[in-house]
Amino acid sequence: MTAISDRDLAPPAGAPEKVPLDRSSYSDQIFKGLLTLGAVTIPVLLGFLLLELWRGARLAIGKFGLDFVTTSVWDPVAEQFGAFPLIFGTLVSSFVALVIAVPLSLGVAIYLTEFAPKVIRQPVAFLISLLAAIPSVVYGLWGIFVLIPLLRKSVFPLMRDGLGFLPLFQGPIYGPSMLAAGIILAIMVMPYIMSVSREVLMAVPNTQREASLALGATRWEAVITTVVPYARSGIIGAIILGLGRALGETMAVTMLIGNRHEVAASLFAPSYTMAAAIANEFSEAVGDMHLSALAYVAFLLFVVTVVVNAGARLLIWRVARGSAAGAKAL
Amino acid sequence: MLRTASRWPTTIPPAIVLAALACSSGERAPSASAGTGGNAPSATAIVTGAGATFPNPIYSKWFDAYARETGVRINYQSIGSGGGIRQFTEGTVDFGATDGPMTDEQIAAVHGDVLHIPTVLGAVVATYNLPTLGQKPLRFDGPTLADIFLGRITRWNDPRLRALNPGVALPAADILVVHRSDGSGTTYIFTDYLSKVSPDWKTRIGHATSVDWPVGLGGKGNEDVTQQVKQSEGAIGYVELIYALSNGLPAADIKNAAGEFVSATLNGLSAAAAGTDFPPTTDFRVSIANAPGAQAYPISSFTWLLVHTQDTTSAKQRAIRGFLKWMLEPEAQRMAADLHYAPLPVKVIETVRQRLGAS
Repeated sequence: MTAISDRDLAPPAGAPEKVPLDRSSYSDQIFKGLLTLGAVTIPVLLGFLLLELWRGARLAIGKFGLDFVTTSVWDPVAEQFGAFPLIFGTLVSSFVALVIAVPLSLGVAIYLTEFAPKVIRQPVAFLISLLAAIPSVVYGLWGIFVLIPLLRKSVFPLMRDGLGFLPLFQGPIYGPSMLAAGIILAIMVMPYIMSVSREVLMAVPNTQREASLALGATRWEAVITTVVPYARSGIIGAIILGLGRALGETMAVTMLIGNRHEVAASLFAPSYTMAAAIANEFSEAVGDMHLSALAYVAFLLFVVTVVVNAGARLLIWRVARGSAAGAKAL
Repeated sequence: MLRTASRWPTTIPPAIVLAALACSSGERAPSASAGTGGNAPSATAIVTGAGATFPNPIYSKWFDAYARETGVRINYQSIGSGGGIRQFTEGTVDFGATDGPMTDEQIAAVHGDVLHIPTVLGAVVATYNLPTLGQKPLRFDGPTLADIFLGRITRWNDPRLRALNPGVALPAADILVVHRSDGSGTTYIFTDYLSKVSPDWKTRIGHATSVDWPVGLGGKGNEDVTQQVKQSEGAIGYVELIYALSNGLPAADIKNAAGEFVSATLNGLSAAAAGTDFPPTTDFRVSIANAPGAQAYPISSFTWLLVHTQDTTSAKQRAIRGFLKWMLEPEAQRMAADLHYAPLPVKVIETVRQRLGAS
């Protein structure tokens, strides 16, 4: 069964033969040259960025070395810097965002492709995509004026009463916190995860669904056992896209996370992220060491982003090996 | 379909970070004088400056009014004091602006080719959210305020606060400290004051545009601090005077060096500045935090423009000097009062005029 559908999907055997270009056309060459230039620009640009970040951070790298990653002091007056709380805050807030956003957006994507009446599919998908168009400072303001008061007055106290036995939900409630930032990030990355997973799910061939149903599966079983596994590498790709967005988001996070250089177990406690620290302190950083430390943070953010993305790529490859279709999709 | 979808780009470079860094290298090189025709360069001169955000409203107003009167256009980018000093040092702008004066090392880096010109005065107020209290502002003294921001006084009904505010029913609530998370002149002025009144603050924290806060939440900008104080009962924060006024938040009375409790008013600010004596050769790098004088509001500061002293004859420098003289006129200083900046005292204006004439 799968074999048939695989053959349907497979690209035509063999690469298309190269047609020798007898007539040397200037326009073709110019076109090719322009495209090559465009393709080369990106790696060169990335290289320059990395170089420039490293140059800016040299002073701090020389003074703090790798201790910068593990220490927690951030004292611009004494020029002592350590980025551990920033790295921690960046990773945890993005993780919280994914924990909230992934089930929600996957659920919506599955509903829209498998269950929703045809009339509402497009409008709902459009509305969710629209969330991606809202500027992040607007999310931040909404967070300050609407979300934070709501969380502080009703949601957080409820969570503390119900889940207070976990260290994650203990301690004083300020409002601006890791959890508030995670929630706003979740809302911001949802449209990305939702639209991409929806595309992927729609691309699952109908023969797969029909086969599953023909074997006696219910709609639910067909989705869980056949459709989602078929699309899983694409779905993971969607999640990584969301993760990348969450790691780099600056404005909305800094407005809601409380900006405190501290590692706390509780999600109610304020925290800080790398991007937020750079945005906050760069313009008024006077000392060379302070500037250099911020450049070091930027360099680390770059590294963290690359490592997380590379790790996720590896994950896709491993997952894809399990599903034939997924492997081909890569 | 499946193929394209799963090849969705998964690497999001932290573009914002990099863009922010790119700004550090000067983006605005001083353009050579455009007038090659040889007639009246000052009428078309475009002068560029960059720096402090705190006086940006009054600077915009001044530059606009000055351009209308004289035709001299001054472009000002409010990128922050640190950026102002950097760009001035690198020579990418014609003048800089800062809320905290340049350090001796920074002045050495420009070979002493800088003069600080005070323009207006600003106040930072301690604001709080205690809805059970009446209209009468709370009273603080320096050491108490420092201990609150050090995390040593943690409750509103602390004996020291009660002693300062007899007859006020201070609630038995936790104090939630809110401070600025972004580097800012406001923080510089506030921590400069705390360093002067509390030896502990001076040794443990010090003063700078951003410091290592021992307690509290960080808000981004005056707006965010204002909002967080406004929303959280029991919060205390520090903001520029105008933010407390326009948001209906109380501004605490602070005990000054003469032992009087003074509210943050323009008069209190001008009184703080009037107490300082500038010798004729002054470089104006003077902190007026905790200034003497019975009327002086203690958490106040000048804000400065940075101009070159060695080159005074080029078209741009003449244009800047022309503006500075215009700015010292009573009419321009009155514009400052409309925006809740305190005008410079007459004595200071005289000294600035002399220094400008002499340099």
